[in-house]
Amino acid sequence: MSVVEHDTLLFHGADWDFGTIQRIHDAVEAIGVGELGLDVYPNQIEVITAEQMLGAYASIGMPLFYKHWSFGKRFALHESSYRQGLMGLAYEIVINSNPCISYIMEENSATMQTLVIAHAAFGHNHFFKNNYLFKEWTDADGILDYLEFAKGYITRCEERYGHAAVERILDAAHALMSHGVHRYPRKKRPDLRSEERRERERQLHQEQTFNDLWRTVPTKGAAAKPQLSEERRRALLELPQENLLYFLEKSAPRLQPWQREILRIVRQIAQYFYPQRQTKVMNEGCATYCHYRIMTRLHETGQISDGAFLEFLQSHTNVTRQPEFDDPHYGGINPYALGFGMMQDIERICTKPTAEDREWFPDIAGGGDAMAVLRDVWANYRDESFISQFLSPHLIRRWRMFHLVDDPDRPELMIEAIHDERGYRRLRRSLSRHYDVGWSDPDIQVVDVDLAGDRRLILHHHVLNRTLLHKDDAQRVLQMVANLWGYAVVLKEVEPATGAIFQEHVAHPHETLF
Amino acid sequence: MYIIDRRLNPGGKSLANRQRFLRRAKAQIQRAVRQTAGDRDITDLERGGEVSIPADGVREPSFRRSGEGGVHDHILPGNKRFVEGDTVERPPGGGGSAAGGDNGEGEDDFRFVLTRDEFLDLFLDDLELPDLAKRRVATVETQGMRRAGYTVTGSPVNLALLRSMRNALSRRIAMRRPKSQDLLRLQEEIDRLEEREGPSERLTALRQELELLQLRSRRFPYIDPIDLRYRRFEPVAKPVAQAVMFCLMDVSGSMTEHMKDLAKRFYMLLYIFLTRRYKHVEIVFIRHTHEAKEVDEETFFNSPETGGTVVSSALREMQRIVEERYSPDAWNIYAAQASDGDNSPNDGTTSAAMLREVILPVCQYYAYLEVGSDSDRMQTGFINHKTSLWQTYETLQEQGANLAMRKVNHRREIYPVFRELFRRRDADAGAKVP
Repeated sequence: MSVVEHDTLLFHGADWDFGTIQRIHDAVEAIGVGELGLDVYPNQIEVITAEQMLGAYASIGMPLFYKHWSFGKRFALHESSYRQGLMGLAYEIVINSNPCISYIMEENSATMQTLVIAHAAFGHNHFFKNNYLFKEWTDADGILDYLEFAKGYITRCEERYGHAAVERILDAAHALMSHGVHRYPRKKRPDLRSEERRERERQLHQEQTFNDLWRTVPTKGAAAKPQLSEERRRALLELPQENLLYFLEKSAPRLQPWQREILRIVRQIAQYFYPQRQTKVMNEGCATYCHYRIMTRLHETGQISDGAFLEFLQSHTNVTRQPEFDDPHYGGINPYALGFGMMQDIERICTKPTAEDREWFPDIAGGGDAMAVLRDVWANYRDESFISQFLSPHLIRRWRMFHLVDDPDRPELMIEAIHDERGYRRLRRSLSRHYDVGWSDPDIQVVDVDLAGDRRLILHHHVLNRTLLHKDDAQRVLQMVANLWGYAVVLKEVEPATGAIFQEHVAHPHETLF
Repeated sequence: MYIIDRRLNPGGKSLANRQRFLRRAKAQIQRAVRQTAGDRDITDLERGGEVSIPADGVREPSFRRSGEGGVHDHILPGNKRFVEGDTVERPPGGGGSAAGGDNGEGEDDFRFVLTRDEFLDLFLDDLELPDLAKRRVATVETQGMRRAGYTVTGSPVNLALLRSMRNALSRRIAMRRPKSQDLLRLQEEIDRLEEREGPSERLTALRQELELLQLRSRRFPYIDPIDLRYRRFEPVAKPVAQAVMFCLMDVSGSMTEHMKDLAKRFYMLLYIFLTRRYKHVEIVFIRHTHEAKEVDEETFFNSPETGGTVVSSALREMQRIVEERYSPDAWNIYAAQASDGDNSPNDGTTSAAMLREVILPVCQYYAYLEVGSDSDRMQTGFINHKTSLWQTYETLQEQGANLAMRKVNHRREIYPVFRELFRRRDADAGAKVP
């Protein structure tokens, strides 16, 4: 530990003011950008109260969002557990936007503010700006304007068509949100600014071209229309289609334009959040690793006191704690702990490799520049690929991981693999699969529409490991799909290998709903 | 880097979402509120508080895999003794596994806190004062007057003096009307000059000036009709906003603390209800043994008495108070009587007559609550036993009197009975014996 001179301290005690925040930010920036080589959007730091933090929490972290009862429900839930002391508030919320907005709570001590700025305004910020999924799928420049537009649009719809009608559409759209993303990149990057413009143009076009007369004019030779070939029809409808919201928005015959636009808004937002779902471990790991490096450096250079550093260490250890499976506090694998653990491990492999590391990670072992490797990792991987590449035997042993299989056909649970030579690769493969969203979300696709007959929509669920859908929920969501589609919908749960059908759910639309 | 202080932003941003949520789950919340109210001390009712509703009602469904059936696997940290190929006994509860949190069925209750207003709104939502009386009820309005600025016409009574004088003053200043002391000073100077030196040029000039000023002062009067302003009033509809509640209680030796407690709970409920409906509610406590007295709340509930029971004495006291202070034209009068049902044998007829002829005609609603002891419910044999007061009132009711009667043995029955008495009803105003 270097000599601490009091005049180098950024702050004394727990109190802070805006000058302190500015000094902290600059000091953190000097280390984050100057020494660690982070590349960040400009920062905007907003000080809010606990109540505002609860509110931001409730509407999935966004500062402005359209209104819906489920956000009220979330708020009520959080508020009540917060008041009872069951839940601490997150110290920060950070938004993937340009400039990058970080919320910090007024109750935080100066040390906590330093931690939050290092964690969110530099760690998360760097990740948002550089990870390929975020680059590919989100539009940091446009998101805030788009949310503003979405909020206004939905408010106008409520005024025009009534709260109940809008609520029904939003309920249905939310239920399908996890099936409202394109998983593979298409032609171009999303551009939310033009989204808003395009909506206006669509509306204008419709108003200009709408002529009620045409509806009553019989179309020539309607009866003699040749049957589309099945292939052609499916191609026109872009089938099979796994983006249910997209399909309904484009093809549901009975939706009003405003209803389609709402589906579109929810879909855009689902898409915006999709990268976050795939990079939980990496994103939190990146932020945690960065704050740990930055805070340590601040302490080394005498910019924060020993007391502040101890306070930081306590929060840090809380966040990165991983209870073992038989601990009453066990609640799954902690993404902060796993991400941070793996990134520290990468640093170790780069600087002090063992023979095992050289064998497993020949490309990076002993390379020395851990930050360069980490920056590359943060830019080019998601949780699933990150774990399948970088989970080392060292960490598997340290965590004493094992693989437990629960097969209902066997009387007992089975230990498939443990932390030994035979187990490393298998454990790593299984764990990485747990973080594959494509694997953990049920695979449901629109496969066909009976256009010639009763316009019945046919969905398939490709069953994995014989695990069927939760029956009640599936029925409820299917009902919403039927209401949107306007005709009957059938969902078949299919074994992909054999084509055998385990279960069928059918829903008929409520005529009065839409 | 920018720092922005958002703390000063208006709070309650999530209020709209909260209202949507309450509206959405209204039926369940209402049920929960009623249940809570039943278990709770009635003094707490005014406080709002935590309710829990089944999470199912506000579930947001999605396509997700079922926690049951199928093969599940878990990667867990903290192995201490397992080796590959070991088997582990399935933990009880089936399907579940060492890795909890994975089959999140979320069937738990959903708990949250309602504010006092939200709580009472839901609590009283479909209650209504029964419109039994032929007089105005809650919705009837009277005409009242309210100040509404100034007008240029009006009766002298409504002359707004200050405003008129202010107008006059500004007009006088604008028109440069000479002040009276200026005129006076000029006149004095003229007089002085005349006395001392006789005609001179200066005197002529002064006379001319005086004449001019007198002319101005005549031309621009001190007060002009144009200055006048009158206070304007406009009629507004005012709801009848007063109600009085009479609490009549038998405090003779046979009334136990338990019975008084029941009565108190009922009165509290009635009071909360009335305060929500009317701006101004008064309560009159009358307790009686063989003679009746108006008392304060403390005495009403807490000091025991002994002696015989003459119900009509309380009715007579109520009659006196109504005549003195609560004209039935201006007040909505409610009465709730709590008693264990004993009355002195020769008072039945008197009470019945008092009620029929004096009390019921002035009351919006008269509720009789017969309180029993907790153990009464167990003795099924006694359920059909009718007390003398009950019999008296029953006869009245059969003759078509607007009278509600209920028997309550336990505090949790208070609320349902209250609801029944005050539920929104249409034509069927007849209250029946439970």
